[in-house]
Amino acid sequence: MLTLTCPCCGITAEETEFAPGGEAHLKRFGPDSSDADFEGYLFARKNPKGVHFERWRHAYGCGKWFLAARCTATLEVFGTYAAQTHKPPADLIKKIKAKRPEWEPQA
Amino acid sequence: MSDAVSALQGATHEGFVTVAEAGLVGMLSIRCDLTSKTLLKALKAHGFPKPEPRQIVEAESGALAWMSPDELLLICDHAQAAQLARTLSEALEKTHALIGNVSDARALFRIQGAKSDQVIMKLCPADIAALPTGEMRRTRLAQVPAAFWRSGPNEISLICFRSVASYVMGLLEISARPGSELFETASPSS
Amino acid sequence: MSTRLSKGGRLIDRAKRLNFTFNGKPMQGYEGDTLASALLGAGQVMVGRSFKYHRPRGIMASGVEEPNALVGLGRNARFEPDQRTTTTELFEGAETRSQNHWPSLEFDVGEINDAFYKFLPAGFYYKTFMAPQAAWKHLFEPIIRKSAGLGGVPKEADPDRYEQAYAHCDVLVVGGGVAGLAAALREGRAGKRVWLVEQSAYWGGRTPVDGGQIDGFEACDWIKTTLQELESMENVTLRTRLMAAGQYDHGYVIGLESVGDTRPGADLPRHRLWRIRAGRTITATGAIERPLAFAGNDVPGVMLASAVRDYVANWAVSPGDRTVIVTNNDDAYRTALALLDAGLSVPAIVDARETSHGALPQEVKARGVRVLEGRAVAKVLGRQQVSGVEICTQAGEGGAIETIDCDCVAMSGGWSPVVHLWSHCGGKLIWDAGQAMFRPDPERPPLGADGTAMVQVVGAANGDLTLAAVMGGAGLGACSSDEAAMMPVWQMPAGAPPALRFKSFLDFQNDVKVSDVQLAAREGYESVEHTKRYTTLGMATDQGKLSNINGLAVLSDALGQPIPATGTTTFRPPYTPISLGAITAEAKGPLFQPLRRTPMQSWHEARHAHWEPVGQWRRPYCYPKAGESHREAVNREITNTRSNVGLLDASTLGKIVVKGPDAGRFLDMLYTNMMSTLPVGKCRYGLMCNENGFLMDDGVVARLSDDSWLCHTTSGGADRIHSWMEDWLQCEWWDWKVYTANLTEQFAQIAVVGPKARQLLERLGGMDLSKEALPFMQWLEGRLGGFDARIFRISFSGELSYEIAVPASQGLALWEKLVAEGKDLGVMPYGTEALHVMRAEKGFIMIGDETDGTVIPQDLGLNWAISKKKSDYLGKRAQQRPHMTDPNRWKLVGLETLDGSVIPDGSHAPADGYNANGQRNTQGRVTSTYYSPTIGKGIAMGLVLHGPDRMGEVIEFTGEGDAMVKARITDPVFYDKDGEKQNV
Repeated sequence: MLTLTCPCCGITAEETEFAPGGEAHLKRFGPDSSDADFEGYLFARKNPKGVHFERWRHAYGCGKWFLAARCTATLEVFGTYAAQTHKPPADLIKKIKAKRPEWEPQA
Repeated sequence: MSDAVSALQGATHEGFVTVAEAGLVGMLSIRCDLTSKTLLKALKAHGFPKPEPRQIVEAESGALAWMSPDELLLICDHAQAAQLARTLSEALEKTHALIGNVSDARALFRIQGAKSDQVIMKLCPADIAALPTGEMRRTRLAQVPAAFWRSGPNEISLICFRSVASYVMGLLEISARPGSELFETASPSS
Repeated sequence: MSTRLSKGGRLIDRAKRLNFTFNGKPMQGYEGDTLASALLGAGQVMVGRSFKYHRPRGIMASGVEEPNALVGLGRNARFEPDQRTTTTELFEGAETRSQNHWPSLEFDVGEINDAFYKFLPAGFYYKTFMAPQAAWKHLFEPIIRKSAGLGGVPKEADPDRYEQAYAHCDVLVVGGGVAGLAAALREGRAGKRVWLVEQSAYWGGRTPVDGGQIDGFEACDWIKTTLQELESMENVTLRTRLMAAGQYDHGYVIGLESVGDTRPGADLPRHRLWRIRAGRTITATGAIERPLAFAGNDVPGVMLASAVRDYVANWAVSPGDRTVIVTNNDDAYRTALALLDAGLSVPAIVDARETSHGALPQEVKARGVRVLEGRAVAKVLGRQQVSGVEICTQAGEGGAIETIDCDCVAMSGGWSPVVHLWSHCGGKLIWDAGQAMFRPDPERPPLGADGTAMVQVVGAANGDLTLAAVMGGAGLGACSSDEAAMMPVWQMPAGAPPALRFKSFLDFQNDVKVSDVQLAAREGYESVEHTKRYTTLGMATDQGKLSNINGLAVLSDALGQPIPATGTTTFRPPYTPISLGAITAEAKGPLFQPLRRTPMQSWHEARHAHWEPVGQWRRPYCYPKAGESHREAVNREITNTRSNVGLLDASTLGKIVVKGPDAGRFLDMLYTNMMSTLPVGKCRYGLMCNENGFLMDDGVVARLSDDSWLCHTTSGGADRIHSWMEDWLQCEWWDWKVYTANLTEQFAQIAVVGPKARQLLERLGGMDLSKEALPFMQWLEGRLGGFDARIFRISFSGELSYEIAVPASQGLALWEKLVAEGKDLGVMPYGTEALHVMRAEKGFIMIGDETDGTVIPQDLGLNWAISKKKSDYLGKRAQQRPHMTDPNRWKLVGLETLDGSVIPDGSHAPADGYNANGQRNTQGRVTSTYYSPTIGKGIAMGLVLHGPDRMGEVIEFTGEGDAMVKARITDPVFYDKDGEKQNV
């Protein structure tokens, strides 16, 4: 069972205090989008073995959503950060690169 | 309203600590930019300093707790909650804010006794031993959300939703049964 | 025969005698005894029979690894099978029963299996019970079920209490032997928050029995002073009887504490499950001695060498007068010394090694004990107890050289580190050829949240088998006897013929022998995981603590590959079995799950309401009067509401306030229709869809002020919809100025419904509720009969209806006042079933009935609630997908049965032909179906192919059994189509 640190209230807590929310940094496509874009938004999800960015909500705590960078193979948590962003912060990317040199951030 | 009643009407259980529902308590949920000068001024007018993240600050007329980066919980006398909500709403009329009277949406419990921490240890995954006085911890109590803080020497106050007050009392009662103390002393590190 | 010695026994208190029974026979032991030591002390060597062959079995070990000596403990509701006698502490009045035999332990009919062992090899079941198929169900399975299994199952509910507790620490040290004590001391002195847990009731592990010196002190004195120092440290918590069952991700460890096991019936939790979150775990879990595989190594009286000296030293129990020791290492010679010191006889030591010249063998030889080098046990003599051993050469095929009389055999095949906690979460092992064991590979530890090692291993668990090596690892000096190299022995003798291999047990609990593993290898089971499942090696309640290494060594040999190439099976938690009660803890009976209560719940309870679960709420389904069936009660409630006035506890409805400059824009995205244009003071029904376009919730929205709206959600949906709103606000439109607050529980809400509703409310006074002052789909705030009320003029029944929200603390008072004031108006409460029927009579949809996660609003004829003006709302894009606009999507219609009956729930309407899977085609299904007392017949709503174009057509639905029900397709609104009743 994971432990995560909520960047919104600073609490480090066990997984049961959080609710998972799937892949982070999805771009929403609305009524004018192409079938391909909309399909990607609605259905296509990454499932990497390794570095992954995902959404979590501090459901039993401050109630806020945040994002986490985690290795799906070793469960190492590289960091958590605010949900109000379109891409992972640069310092976090740097930290992950240092630990996983073979990893390349995806566009 | 004379026939207003709290969820458990002050029910009490004696175990290795005393657990009691605290009766009617006023509570306001305040959602706002917590750095808003208007907000801080309005709170100050009622004697409340600004709480830092996770803090709960006591004042003459009650207590003010930091709930999330844009939410505070004001605890006051039940009879004054509605009026206080109106006053604060008026003060914040031109500010983007939401004041919700949640007095009746919650239940407040007091756990009293030297081994109060042990009751929390049985029910919550949070590290109660590391909880300083003046900080509120929002967490999970068995299967429901709850928040607690050290409200006095050997006393923990605990808030949950009103509809599950009976469930929470059941948990507190069974966890405080004599003979099931986790440690002979108050906590492992004392 | 075993017996109690007159002197010694460091763990027992001879002043405190305890009475217990074994198979009804009264016996006595001492405080500090385990069941095993007490049984042996009372002369009981044979304590059970084996699982498959029903062979007599005795106590083999002194700890958690015991495979044989399992008993049923207690009686009636407190009976528990398969209790390990070697770890169960003796208590006054303990009732124990041996297992797996009939009619008695000494004479057992099932023992016949043993005579047919050649016909019951590994995979016997798979091969034998293949055909005919019908025989499996009626013949084979009942017989196998009857004969399989170890102990019996208690028939009554467990009366005991269990609990859980959470602990947090920097360092968790598992194992209270000298390695664990040293580790805890080091971490404690460094100021770390330390927990030290020990599964048994005492500290020191094996060292008090095996002896030696630590840091210049006698080991026992060092243990004592170290404990004193640890106890004095505020940052250190010490806990015995707490078994660390599993190591999980991010430093999570589960531990089981025995609290009330020795005091059955006391008002105590029996077990406590600790959920420990540790920064680091240091496992000091020691090692387990391995048996040797020789014929008859399971006969009662054959024991592990370490266990023999444990019984002598710890509990003053002699396992036998004459003990032959069989070994491949020096450590077992300690057993000889312990037996000699206790005045017992050691006729011989059979050492498989060609020479034995270490310090311990020298000492033993000096005391006159015969040491037979390069020798092996060919077979053990005796059936219900050892009577002697036949000696042969280890290198040979088992030809007997001599026979030695004895009543106990102490065997040692070397030691296996307890690597379970290291391995549970991914720690890897390396093969140590010198000591013939797997031990943790420090280069490949389990990783924690930060990607660094979260488990360390010290002491014997790390493969340091001597006291000097253990304490050296902790940076302390220690002396113990030097030990010469051991010699791996996987079969004794090396060339044992089939007759001996058939009786050389590897897994004692599951009766797996050397021959079974070799058979599996011959039949192609090359993977150790497959062999395990084929032979059941290591699958019993002891999880192969004694058998795994021996088994995979035999497999490797049969496959002609080195042991590391075979590898181990996966180590999985729990380390030893944990009670289901401890996993459940408080979550049973009334605390099984939270039951949410409305402010009026006690009133409903007092009226014996029949309940309907709605999420975690329990809502009154109906309020049956004496002698009334539920259906009669529902019909009465409906008729009364439609003719007089009814009260519904609607407090469970979700109530979410949405406020801010962008709140209108936000709600326009959330709902399919336009909420931003709703005037203050008015209400509007709205639909919410997910991004797949499917309908997920509905409810009435009231505009409270210029910048605030109150959204009602379904009863089960309040928390979900509030989270949904926050998700979009926090993660997508975070620049929009909107706040939400879930005020569901702040208000008690009462629906006052029926033609006399207004009359009743007017009696309370304080507010003008006339048609003019409060028209349909509007709301008002004020003081109603002294209550702070917000009144919504909305209707889910088609009647004149008011929903009154008051603070929850006043809910019961208002409810009681309405009941009292409306007596002569015929006021009655009604439940959710009446609510459902009345809404169906009006053709209103219900989330969860008409919707199931695949239904879009357009399917339900709700196009009127979908804004055409809005460029976007959640679900709009999805509703443009070809499948969603397909004219062949089933659409909502009303259904009226021709014969007045009620179509069964879930009925489908068959169509001609069959689909590709050979299933009958369908053209529709029922979504809601009720008896309508208002219409006087069965009515239903359903989704039907081209339904709205087929008004008046009669189609058939599946009925009870093979019957079909004819129903006419109608408009879904059955009652008051023009809405005159609700708008008065």
